[in-house]
Amino acid sequence: MQNSPLLRVENLKVEFPTRRGRLVAVDDVSFDIAPGEVLGVVGESGAGKSMTGSAIIGLLEPPGRIAGGSISLDGRRIDNLPYEEMRKIRGKHIGAIFQDPLTSLNPLYSVGKQLVETIMTHSDLTPTAARERALALLREVGIPAPERRIEQYPHQFSGGMRQRVVIALALCANPRLIVADEPTTALDVSIQAQIITLLKRLCREHGTAVMLVTHDMGVIAETADRVAVMYAGRVAEIGPVRDVIKNPKHPYTIGLMGSIPRIGRDEERLTQIDGSMPRLTEIPQGCAFNPRCPLVFDRCRRERPDLIDVGPFHQVSCWKYAEGVGHA
Amino acid sequence: MADVTAPPGALRRFVDSDVFYSFRRSKVTVVAAIVTAIIVIGSMLGPWIAPHDTYDVRSLNLLDAFTPPVWSEGGNPSYLLGTDDQGRDVFSTILLGARVSLLVGFAATLFAMTLGVLLGLISGYVGGTTDAVIMRIADIKLSFPAILIALLIDGVARGIIPRDMHDDLALYVVIFAIGISNWVAYARTVRGSTLVEKNKEYVQAARIIGLHPFTIMIRHVLPNVLGPVLVIGTLGLAGAILAEATLSFLGVGVPPTRPSLGTLIRVGNNFLFSGEWWMTIFPGVMLVVLVLAVNLLGDWLRDALNPKLR
Amino acid sequence: MIAFVIRRLLQSLIVMLVVAFVAFSMFNFLGDPINNMVGQDATEQERENLRRVLGLDQPFYIQFLVYLGNAIQGNFGTSYRLGMPVVNALADRLPATLELVFCAAGLALLVGVPLGVYTGLHRDRWLSKVFLTLSLIGISLPTFLIGILLILFFAVYLGWLPSFGRGDVVDLGIWTTGFLTLSGIKALILPSITLALFQLTLVMRLVRAEMLEVLRTDYIKFARARGLSNRAVHFGHALGNTLVPVITITGLQIGSLIAFAIVTETVFQWPGMGLLFLQAVQFVDIPVMSSYLVLIAFFFVLINLIVDLLYYFVDPRLRADRAVAGGH
Repeated sequence: MQNSPLLRVENLKVEFPTRRGRLVAVDDVSFDIAPGEVLGVVGESGAGKSMTGSAIIGLLEPPGRIAGGSISLDGRRIDNLPYEEMRKIRGKHIGAIFQDPLTSLNPLYSVGKQLVETIMTHSDLTPTAARERALALLREVGIPAPERRIEQYPHQFSGGMRQRVVIALALCANPRLIVADEPTTALDVSIQAQIITLLKRLCREHGTAVMLVTHDMGVIAETADRVAVMYAGRVAEIGPVRDVIKNPKHPYTIGLMGSIPRIGRDEERLTQIDGSMPRLTEIPQGCAFNPRCPLVFDRCRRERPDLIDVGPFHQVSCWKYAEGVGHA
Repeated sequence: MADVTAPPGALRRFVDSDVFYSFRRSKVTVVAAIVTAIIVIGSMLGPWIAPHDTYDVRSLNLLDAFTPPVWSEGGNPSYLLGTDDQGRDVFSTILLGARVSLLVGFAATLFAMTLGVLLGLISGYVGGTTDAVIMRIADIKLSFPAILIALLIDGVARGIIPRDMHDDLALYVVIFAIGISNWVAYARTVRGSTLVEKNKEYVQAARIIGLHPFTIMIRHVLPNVLGPVLVIGTLGLAGAILAEATLSFLGVGVPPTRPSLGTLIRVGNNFLFSGEWWMTIFPGVMLVVLVLAVNLLGDWLRDALNPKLR
Repeated sequence: MIAFVIRRLLQSLIVMLVVAFVAFSMFNFLGDPINNMVGQDATEQERENLRRVLGLDQPFYIQFLVYLGNAIQGNFGTSYRLGMPVVNALADRLPATLELVFCAAGLALLVGVPLGVYTGLHRDRWLSKVFLTLSLIGISLPTFLIGILLILFFAVYLGWLPSFGRGDVVDLGIWTTGFLTLSGIKALILPSITLALFQLTLVMRLVRAEMLEVLRTDYIKFARARGLSNRAVHFGHALGNTLVPVITITGLQIGSLIAFAIVTETVFQWPGMGLLFLQAVQFVDIPVMSSYLVLIAFFFVLINLIVDLLYYFVDPRLRADRAVAGGH
């Protein structure tokens, strides 16, 4: 692996207490993100990918809570920090971008006010200097006529422009990591590509690492260095984007790839995975994917698989690849 | 885990539901429900279980007037909570008074609910000018507090109704006055829901198969708004009981021959400062406990039906 | 902006006309003014003469126009009961009511808003639960009972404050005020608390509900994700966004305070308009009843206009270059 990781998530477990017992939304999830690296996290809704992102920025919605494992930034544990300590890390070291730019901005504050406020929270700049920086950021994210736009309110911006503002806000303090939760899902298809390109360019220029949460395998293929596939709160497969796309190992990933249309392939039809992801209340024993898996065998129904190396930096949690057992 | 083998009866479904679960979990709500039930049942049975018939003037003994509660000095065991200025047993007047208060409260709420739901349906379904007129009236209505409208209607009624008939009709005037001043909240909720349903495809489909869309809408809109309407109704019941008490306290509510809790407090208030506190305090406590219990139920119901607020 | 104000003014005018019409109808058809003025034993000839003098033989719409013309000049007829012009009777009583309402509204806002913010921000603290329980009791306590209990305790038992009346007032020509004497201020305390208590609980519960609603929004989560301090998030972003509904309700509530003053004035024998109105209802003094109605409507319309203007300062979405989105 690369030298010391920027972010290290180890055995993370997120729980929701409910009337019928505890729901485990994220179960034993581990991964690293290196400085400047883009890690794509992909999965269906409810797979726990957004929840993992919220846990990292320390903003799980109560009653959800981290029930186990650890999250470290630059070798320092951040999952158990008091609120005020964590607040100083948010925005400054870890930026965040949410799904819907229409609702991410306070409608009563001008764009400039929100930028300046964020900049001044994390630096000692004077108001004038903070405003200069806000203008520079707006220019950087490609907002035309920033001198005029900075006085305007969110409702005067289009969806794509608002997401640019949100990106500018996330970049205010030059964080080393950005957690982007479905940053393009709410946008028009034509604008999605622009925003992804912008995000990619900015992060390369600033050396910012990104945890890109999405359900869109296409976005991942285009943007990410590595990808983690999540299923029912667990990591099913993780590895370099090329390897995972070209040579997926987990039956779920294989199914996921089969559902992406490709140009130049002579396929009659797209394959799809039968059934649907289990609800968090009904996760089966053993491998969570076993009821839908075409290659299921006995052990899958009894024991839960751990991540197994299947290549350089490429791991998969499937009994099929365990030594001494089975096929391949 | 839910018992899957149980018969899917309505009762089972209810007992298993989130609403019932949140009811059982909230001790305050359970207590409120029990208190409400006791007061409602007690006062409905009032004429039969009250120790004295306070409506019967011949049974009153003025010599017993101003008897303090039984535990005070000079108390009389046959008058548990003492007597008023005319020798009426306070406990009995409270039972019968709560009955009047509840009757007016329920009737007024039912009236407001029916009127509001109907106007809301019409407003949302017909739309256009009808909608605009109804909602404008609602706006204007909303700006005049219920108590003011009720007072005006009562005043107008006094102008129209001959004096000798007034006492007989006063109860209905009060119900009408309180009801008419509380329909807006229902109308707005129902209208909103109707507007949503109106554009759904099944309403169009109903027209194609020859059903009048209004009929089918009522069938679909009403279940949707049942929750909110129930919440508004419960809180509205508390409000209506308070409004009646206030009107009666002001001396323009129910006739003094059939006193409600508000009337009792008004009468008692005349003697409060000379030391006969029981005539005011006991009906007052009864009123507050009743309204508080109903409010608690309404509050809980609102939270239970709106899981977002948890 | 100007178009908006003009439209609002027109709407207000319509409301006033409708209310004036209701008042006029009451005045003309319910009370039978002739009967009330000449008494039971007047001859038919006398009645007919008076009818002509008063213009009651004119067509309906002429009568309404005459009524409107008189009303605009401040001529609302003569009180049956007091035998004096209604407008004089109301003007005498107006200062007492408005001073009471002013104190009560101030009290309700100054106490209600902070309590609402506190209980909204710290919903799980025991103190919040205490406030919430108290507020429910406050809503369940009828105003007159609160008044009676306050009198019993502070006036009768402790003897600190007067139990009725305005105390010594200073006559400032068109206005009599109780603010300038100690006894006047002391006399204001109990009635103000009585009148304020119900509104206070309403304001508190409303602010709390709005606060909870706003705290759940994406822009609050995003503000936290930017690392803003709790103070900035709670009192800047959150409180600002709760203001719009709070202003609306407060506006409506001031209107209802004027009406609720009827009860408070009765309990404390406060010489205001409410007491005048209640006596009018009991004596079927139609001119006073209808004029009071018009006056309340006027106050309501005035308050609504002020509220609409306040929106402009609070919400940029109404201010901005777009067409006005609010209204109906």
